[in-house]
Amino acid sequence: MKSPTAPADTPPAANPPRRFTTLSGVPVEALYTAASLPPDFDFDRDVGRPGEPPYVRGIHPTMYRGRLWTMRQFSGFASPEQTNERYRYLLSQGQTGLSVAFDLPTLMGYDSDHAMSEGEVGKCGVAIDSLEDMETLFHGIPLAEITTSMTINSPAAAIWAMFLVAAEKQGADWTRLSGTLQNDILKEYIAQKEFLFPPAPSMRLVVDTIEFGAQQAPRFNPVSISGYHIREAGSTALQELAFTLRDGMEYVEWSLRRGLAVDDFAPRLSFFFNAHSDFFEEIAKYRAARKLWRAVMTARYGAKNPRSAALRFHTQTAGVSLTAQQPYINVARVALQALAAVLGGTQSLHTNSLDEALALPTEAAATIALRTQQIIAHETGVTNTVDPLGGSYFLESMTLDMERGAREYFDRIDALGGMVAAVEKGFPQREIADAAYRYQQALETGEKVMVGVNAFVAEETPLPTLYIDESVRRQQTEKLHALRRRRNTQAAERALDALRRAAAGDTNTMPALLDCVRAYCTLGEITAALRAVFGAYEEAAVM
Amino acid sequence: MTETVRKIRVLVAKPGLDGHDRGAKVVARALRDAGMEVVYTGLRQTPEMIASAALQEDVDCIGLSILSGAHNAIVPRVMELLRAAGMNDVLVVVGGIVPSEDAEMLSREGVGAVFPPGSSLEAITAYIRSHVRPAPAAP
Repeated sequence: MKSPTAPADTPPAANPPRRFTTLSGVPVEALYTAASLPPDFDFDRDVGRPGEPPYVRGIHPTMYRGRLWTMRQFSGFASPEQTNERYRYLLSQGQTGLSVAFDLPTLMGYDSDHAMSEGEVGKCGVAIDSLEDMETLFHGIPLAEITTSMTINSPAAAIWAMFLVAAEKQGADWTRLSGTLQNDILKEYIAQKEFLFPPAPSMRLVVDTIEFGAQQAPRFNPVSISGYHIREAGSTALQELAFTLRDGMEYVEWSLRRGLAVDDFAPRLSFFFNAHSDFFEEIAKYRAARKLWRAVMTARYGAKNPRSAALRFHTQTAGVSLTAQQPYINVARVALQALAAVLGGTQSLHTNSLDEALALPTEAAATIALRTQQIIAHETGVTNTVDPLGGSYFLESMTLDMERGAREYFDRIDALGGMVAAVEKGFPQREIADAAYRYQQALETGEKVMVGVNAFVAEETPLPTLYIDESVRRQQTEKLHALRRRRNTQAAERALDALRRAAAGDTNTMPALLDCVRAYCTLGEITAALRAVFGAYEEAAVM
Repeated sequence: MTETVRKIRVLVAKPGLDGHDRGAKVVARALRDAGMEVVYTGLRQTPEMIASAALQEDVDCIGLSILSGAHNAIVPRVMELLRAAGMNDVLVVVGGIVPSEDAEMLSREGVGAVFPPGSSLEAITAYIRSHVRPAPAAP
């Protein structure tokens, strides 16, 4: 078919840009010196030492000399059987933690056989309909011995219940389970738009998991407060930083209102940032994040436990920076982005595969992505010393600018009545859409360059990619039908009734969710029960 | 000249479960800035909702944004509903992650063009301008 997409003969950007700005459009000076820092800048006070407040240089005194970051490749596709095979392969290749990608029906709380699931089953991740699928997913993988991250948001409490019961059936003690639930509903309203219920009941579910985790699964991170998706939706680095931390503050405030003590839950809050292509801007963002979190947790929320104020984060390289054009060059992009994450002090890292602008990754592409992390860890030498860039005039100056800019956003969001109120007014959504449009225009004019897209364009041969056909939906549907025949229908219905009652009341919903899962209620049934009580959320369509 | 030329009317729609609306919104704004009248449906539209909106808004072009891989289920259904409603002359373009073998299938279904990641706004605007039928008079 006709390809209307080949860019016109764009001249390669042979000359340096007329304006020197970061990827986010922030002006950059020709040279940074001691005079670039504020007159009252005090290195010991404002930057300090790693492992000590204000944690600018990292949260551990020895950082990667003590322990490398966790190499955690986000992965999931097609059926639980196929994804289980990929997990065992990745673990055999030296990956050190699991990270589950669910398909869109699962993310939206639909069973695979629901009409809305047509065409979507197993496409963007693995399809999970019931406890049975969760058991298959982790078959032969001892959940007590590895850490597992699950990217799930609106139905997070239900999926976590499935995970906890699957672990229990393996004989694992919940108090020994480590891992992370993404469970960050605020960034769904702001950026990724996978929401089911209105903000208030959604926040209640998040606080239910925070409370339950503090009591029964104290080594599990119940929320991963995520800037990644905010950035992918087109925000600037500063917006990613500010909105993410303000989201974190919102979860803290709702948990305090539940009556939890800050030091009982805050140490288990974790973060997730993007690693985009502007090297120093990204590193400044991570350093500023640690400094800001420490400041708000101690000054605003009175945290006493140092672990409540030490920001831990996972990083993923920027999916949006990958090009479908000349896909092999994505390996270079990913390596540089990953290096920024490591120099920024990340606790765990996902490196994207070269083919992800085209499809979910093939095994070969996923292996290169993992090897990229291993090269950074074992060949480059950057792990030999802690925060090797600390003290750079440019980086310290940029870190201070990030901190100041984020505080300005905090004030604006506070003035709107907090993050939930700001989301309902469309404030972060508008800021991000404006930034995304500005960036696209800068690409159109050639002010910003994407190699292979608006400069250095070349003919290319197609890449072999992973193709997921419609058979997954059929298999999942057959399994669902068999499950519904086999299970005790009355027990399942009793469990769903109890869940509706718990949701309508003000007790924690986790025990009722665990009972639903044990009775083999499906994810779609559980979500429908919650929707009957909470209602559905629809956002106003704004361009 | 007093006679006003009818602006090109475009429906930008996001079908399926996918919530990634950055591309749809950026393209919608660009088409509007290029002088077209743009209606953006918002998220999670069924093919029925899209065909009905297209008829109601009397659009010349429909832009479908799909990044989830569900295009094979969704796009043929939209095309079928458009034909059933007599909207054979509405130009349909698709933006998103579509493997090349699927793009050929969509082309056979009557889709005008598939714009993959990295497509320029200029190319998308120019394509719509030159392919809507009947071609409106030059402004």
